[in-house]
Amino acid sequence: MNLNTIGREVPGSIEGIGTLRPFEGAFKRIPDGVMKAPKIPCVERGGDKILPSLKDALKEAGLRDGMTLSFHHHLRNGDYVVSMVLDLIAEMGFRDMTIAPTALFPVHKSIIRHIESGVVKAIQGSVNGPIGRLASNGGLEIPVLLRSHGGRARAIEAGDLSVDIAFIAAPSCDKYGNINGVGGSSSCGSLGYCMADAMYADKVIAITDNLVPYPLYPVSIPQIYVDYIVQVDQIGDPSGIVSGTLKITRDPLRLLIAEHAARVIEASGLLEEGFSFQTGAGGISLAVAGYVKDMMKDKKIKGSFGSGGITGFFVQMLEEGMFDALLDVQSFDMDAVRSLRENQGHVEMSASYYANPHNKGCAVNQLDAVILGATQVDTKFNVNVNTESDGVLLHGIGGHMDTAAGAKLTIITTPLLRGRLPMIVDDVITVTSPGETIDVVVTERGIAVNPMRHELAERMKASRLPVVPIEKLRDEAYRISGKPENPKFTDRIIGVVEYRDGTVIDVVRQVISVS
Amino acid sequence: MEISGKTAQAGTLESGDILITITLGEEDKGIEIELESPSQAVYGQQIYNTITGTLNDLGVRTAYVKAQDRGALDCTISARVEAAALRALKK
Repeated sequence: MNLNTIGREVPGSIEGIGTLRPFEGAFKRIPDGVMKAPKIPCVERGGDKILPSLKDALKEAGLRDGMTLSFHHHLRNGDYVVSMVLDLIAEMGFRDMTIAPTALFPVHKSIIRHIESGVVKAIQGSVNGPIGRLASNGGLEIPVLLRSHGGRARAIEAGDLSVDIAFIAAPSCDKYGNINGVGGSSSCGSLGYCMADAMYADKVIAITDNLVPYPLYPVSIPQIYVDYIVQVDQIGDPSGIVSGTLKITRDPLRLLIAEHAARVIEASGLLEEGFSFQTGAGGISLAVAGYVKDMMKDKKIKGSFGSGGITGFFVQMLEEGMFDALLDVQSFDMDAVRSLRENQGHVEMSASYYANPHNKGCAVNQLDAVILGATQVDTKFNVNVNTESDGVLLHGIGGHMDTAAGAKLTIITTPLLRGRLPMIVDDVITVTSPGETIDVVVTERGIAVNPMRHELAERMKASRLPVVPIEKLRDEAYRISGKPENPKFTDRIIGVVEYRDGTVIDVVRQVISVS
Repeated sequence: MEISGKTAQAGTLESGDILITITLGEEDKGIEIELESPSQAVYGQQIYNTITGTLNDLGVRTAYVKAQDRGALDCTISARVEAAALRALKK
């Protein structure tokens, strides 16, 4: 075992994954080599690419044991495609698949059955509740390889993640494979996460419930990448695909945290004409966006762009002329889907455009401020979003480490305690985003500024914000709750957290379940 | 464990609280605790200690305690245990 530069043990290699390169610092790795190139394809003139069934498409694509199959999560908790494909593969008798989903949701818990029966051997991608719990209890022979949205696009383009067959859930598709996400009963908006899959996989199968006349426009995934098309009754359950309008929190404690975060942005000096901004869809994040919007109105400034997963709240800001553009990798609600269809300034972007550190420039590098969450933060400002306080792997990385690294100002918002559990601790169980990329931690009991950002701390103090050393927040949490014990782990590694540049920032171990 | 059967309850299943159900025994046969808690992995031992300590302070030596925790702090746990024990003692 070697220690990486943030003091986490990283083995030299892991069976089933290969050689691991230890993390050296957020901006240290200089890549070499060339990008992966897919095979040169050729199709017959004319005709279409529609096959009678998914089974035919799998046969045509040359499905074999041990292949790597990729999926995307724009249909979120309404997705039927992952289960449809894996159920059929099981029925056809194939096994030992590696699946590479951009994210998994509770609706995908049928994967557990396929893991237990040997159809699925490994997961390269994020996991969630039930599948994460299975992994944490040692249910997968090969550790889960977790990547961020940008890191996953990088891995595909660099050939680290070589996809044999990519499955594209296509809300609208024509007979020659042009696809978009803004039409049809399963419309989900942006298809940003699966663009690298479509471009680099050996075979691409589009699964659609809405075949439209040729040529479909606008085009998100163009025909030049798609091999086969399969029509099914439904690719997803619309009620699980997009949510209704997401609500700003009304919890006074969370509103206080949001107000602090907004004032941090104001004090930073970044809130000027052309301001760019990203938040998640959580209650605190939306509340911060609400306060920021009011401040922009007061100062009569117009922002350049909002980015990331797009919500109706950002759409409203676009339509009120408060942003020039929205860069959308995933549309969270109905308003965002509608806006992507209607507004010229609402731009669909790929995961690589969004966050890949190894292209010629990704959008996160243009961000002024980002608001992010955490399941734990430590006194080195390292952030954990993967494991819970009991050590169980329950969450994916999303764009956390990408936006944290790219944005000029990265703010973590968190209550000091969740239930009894302190959110500010001595050492996070798992490091997702390294402390050097985190600028400010905002809680209801004070704001901690990374000591590396001395000038920022001075600005905050000048604005009379309650700035405290992060150790004081930890002490306050421990005073109320008591110092937590460390959860107990075996030596066995069940998860590898890859940093966005392809190095390993941390590993996750199997938990010893408490009786 | 032999328990005589004086049973009482205190607390709720609301977030931040704990529901304590206690059955007292008459002899000195020890305290048995059945704990269900979201923070078991990191606060399990502290919760056991708080419950045992509170009962010892009240002079209770034999009891079966069912503790359904929803993230309660030690002060809350201690108060709920005390209330449940005093209710049981009055029976």
